[in-house]
Amino acid sequence: MNGMTRIVTWMPQLFKGAQTTIIITILSVAIGLFLSLFLALGKMSKHAVLNRLCSGYVFFFRGTPLLMQIYFIYFGLPQFHPALTIRSAFLAAMIAYTLNTAAYLAENIRAGIQSIDKGQFEAARTIGMTGAQTMRYVIIPQTVRRLIPPVGNEFIMVLKDVSLVAIIGLADLTKVTRAISSSSATALVYIPAMIIYLVITALFQLVFNKLEKKYSVYE
Amino acid sequence: MSIIRTEDICKNFGDLQVLKNVNLTVNQGEVVVIIGPSGAGKSTLLRSLNTLETITSGKIFMEDKLFQRVERGEIREEMKKEEKKAALLEMGMVFQRFHLFPNMTVKQNVLAGPLYVQKIPKEEAEQRALSLLDKVGLLEKADAYPSHLSGGQQQRVAIARALAMQPKIMLFDEPTSALDPELVGEVLSVMKDLASQGMTMLCVTHEMGFAREVADRVVFMADGQILEEGTPEEIFQNPQTAKAKQFLASVL
Repeated sequence: MNGMTRIVTWMPQLFKGAQTTIIITILSVAIGLFLSLFLALGKMSKHAVLNRLCSGYVFFFRGTPLLMQIYFIYFGLPQFHPALTIRSAFLAAMIAYTLNTAAYLAENIRAGIQSIDKGQFEAARTIGMTGAQTMRYVIIPQTVRRLIPPVGNEFIMVLKDVSLVAIIGLADLTKVTRAISSSSATALVYIPAMIIYLVITALFQLVFNKLEKKYSVYE
Repeated sequence: MSIIRTEDICKNFGDLQVLKNVNLTVNQGEVVVIIGPSGAGKSTLLRSLNTLETITSGKIFMEDKLFQRVERGEIREEMKKEEKKAALLEMGMVFQRFHLFPNMTVKQNVLAGPLYVQKIPKEEAEQRALSLLDKVGLLEKADAYPSHLSGGQQQRVAIARALAMQPKIMLFDEPTSALDPELVGEVLSVMKDLASQGMTMLCVTHEMGFAREVADRVVFMADGQILEEGTPEEIFQNPQTAKAKQFLASVL
């Protein structure tokens, strides 16, 4: 078999792996984004307990290795209490990536909100908007625009971090590639695998560039 | 009737005393212009009135009712929450740097207050916004975003946005200081129109021509104090204090 035909025969497996990679990436960043909004607001809150809780969360998840967090959630938690057992490796991975990415995104959101000119808050206040109305109509829409580049960046980071899931037995694109490589005794498979990564990254970039354009109408 | 009256208000930023026992009254229908060198506390005074800054001590009255009494940085007496909110809405504010909401079109900027705060029906809010934009001469820009407008146009929109809440008094905080010289005129002319329609106004400005022409009363501030107060003629032709003489000599 020549190289090209071999690559074609590997494709279905590679695509299957890529599917796992993409699903974990998109779901965890999407859910993480939602979670991170509350973390960011909590970190900016004047409520001392809430503030410390959210700051501690961010500190913990940014300050320990993601690999260790995955190990801990999948293998560690059940040893503390059987009720904490997560049987599905996919679910465990989802939890780890979501919690981890939320910590990073929260910092981006906080920075985004704090970068909004103080005058915007003042102007909103002088026309009588409440704090919540100011956030909803004035600050968040402006923050969203500023968040598009860092969120796009986060997608690309997580996409590659997902290769760590192999350690809890999930077959993502990297894992599948390595398996094919050892069973077929060739490194050729790395080339289509890397191209798939690059194509996914390019697609993310395309989407985020579009979004950025769309939200830049007022600039 | 006075719209706003302050009694011995002081404001400290740390050790720096920015306002020292300021007593100011603005009566209904009056146009009061505050002038003075930079660092005199003019903007701080304006910002204290609508609580963008909290005063350190003194009393503020709105329409002759006690709005707030503060002693040593603590609010001792205040209107009830709803009453306070209503009182604050009686004051429209125009900032030096406009502070339009860049994510909203011109029309949305103007109707945001009526729609979200006063909660009037959308059609009515839109009507009000459009008629105000017409008043400031920017009807054709209703669907443009602020970033596509000149500074002068943005400031006119900001005036319309403040007017949309139908305030009893308009506070102007150096409304033309951030503008290129050729754009100052269009903003001043909108302000003159407002004054001629009987709007009560309190303006901090460096536009002495405007003060002379439009003001009922000119207030001269320096070092956190009101040093002189009088008709434009009195202040401009016959200043009493050395500081006022010196200031007027430098700007006229």
